Amino acid sequence: MKLREVVNTTGLTVRTTAQRLDVEVTGGYASDLLSCVLAKAQKDNLWVTLQAHPNIVAMASLLDLAGIIVTEGQELDASTVEKANEKDVCIMTTDHATFTIVARLAELGVPGVD
Amino acid sequence: MEKKPTQEITRLQELTYELIVGQAMSPKTITVSPHDTMAQFREVLRVNRISGTPVLEDGEIVGIISIEDLIKALAAGELAATVDEKMCRRLETLYADEPLVSAVDKFARLKFGRFPVVDREGHLVGVITQGDIMHTLLRRLEVDYRAEEVHRYRASHIFEDIVADEAALVFGYRIIGRDFDRAGAASGNLKTTLSRLGFDPRIIRRVVIATYEAEINIVVYTDGGEIVAEVRSDRIRIEALDNGPGIPDIDLAMQPGYSTAPEWVREMGFGAGMGLPNIKSCSDQMKLESTVGVGTRLEVIIYADETG
Repeated sequence: MKLREVVNTTGLTVRTTAQRLDVEVTGGYASDLLSCVLAKAQKDNLWVTLQAHPNIVAMASLLDLAGIIVTEGQELDASTVEKANEKDVCIMTTDHATFTIVARLAELGVPGVD
Repeated sequence: MEKKPTQEITRLQELTYELIVGQAMSPKTITVSPHDTMAQFREVLRVNRISGTPVLEDGEIVGIISIEDLIKALAAGELAATVDEKMCRRLETLYADEPLVSAVDKFARLKFGRFPVVDREGHLVGVITQGDIMHTLLRRLEVDYRAEEVHRYRASHIFEDIVADEAALVFGYRIIGRDFDRAGAASGNLKTTLSRLGFDPRIIRRVVIATYEAEINIVVYTDGGEIVAEVRSDRIRIEALDNGPGIPDIDLAMQPGYSTAPEWVREMGFGAGMGLPNIKSCSDQMKLESTVGVGTRLEVIIYADETG
């Protein structure tokens, strides 16, 4: 499933570059601990998190993630948005909680990575 | 499920801010005079294979005329009429030094086929059509793409080009302590470099994870340090060095979940006590030496001929 379809069917708001919306999403991972994400999340995965600071951009860029979904209406720092656009990292936001979003992604058939 | 409006900034949109109208317009401008007849205008279009021109009198733009005006004149049998009678007098121009996005907006808003481009003194310097914009953007995208391809091509052949029994490339990255804004820059730059050198993405992933964790440790705990990557075709050795404060008990530090990170660092999702274990699991060899009050030296070796 393309990132664009995920965005449309789950009502996510794309907050940074739309460059990666045609990426085929390969799976998902949810955690707020960066080391866990680094160890587990794979290329073209979606990462669901509460973290909204600029360092999430480096994670997504280093791991070639499809995108980051920031949950619970967390506001993105201005520098997060700026960095993400610079690094072609797609950040989406939602008012829903992490669990709700993960459940929806699972419904759409996005597999979890273990 | 409600659909929220999405704010999308694509590379193309970015380019429309980076480029200016003058870079996309056709500078060679064909014009007609208001006193020309529509029949003469038809010849101008035919000879130059264009679909419209600005109308100039004494060097001043007085209007714009297009193939649509010609078709209307033809239908009405008014080829003897002057351009002055048939042209569009509503003067909408663009400045050559305006960002291209102004042109995109204007085309979308006014649905015109072309705009005369003028300098700040009002002199005609060119004409821009939507086709010109598309052409310029595509050409620019191609240039961007090619530049990266050239980097990749050059770099990926470097080991073949070097004549030596053994060859290594050494890359150094300075890490600034407590600077979370730049944390990850060294790992990112090393990643770009290794992928240009043509290493397997699985190898790059392991190098990047180990380097990022080492980089974060330097940022979180020290006043700064450096990361040196020694790259050979068959293995990558990463050395992370800092000048303190040092690790009192390395065995303890290596235990998953053990951390001395302050609360605010943990709130950012760092300092979960998984950094060193992560480095170990990505390495083929890992050596950690530390003296309290002096500094820490981490050495990681990852073989490139193995996969995963």
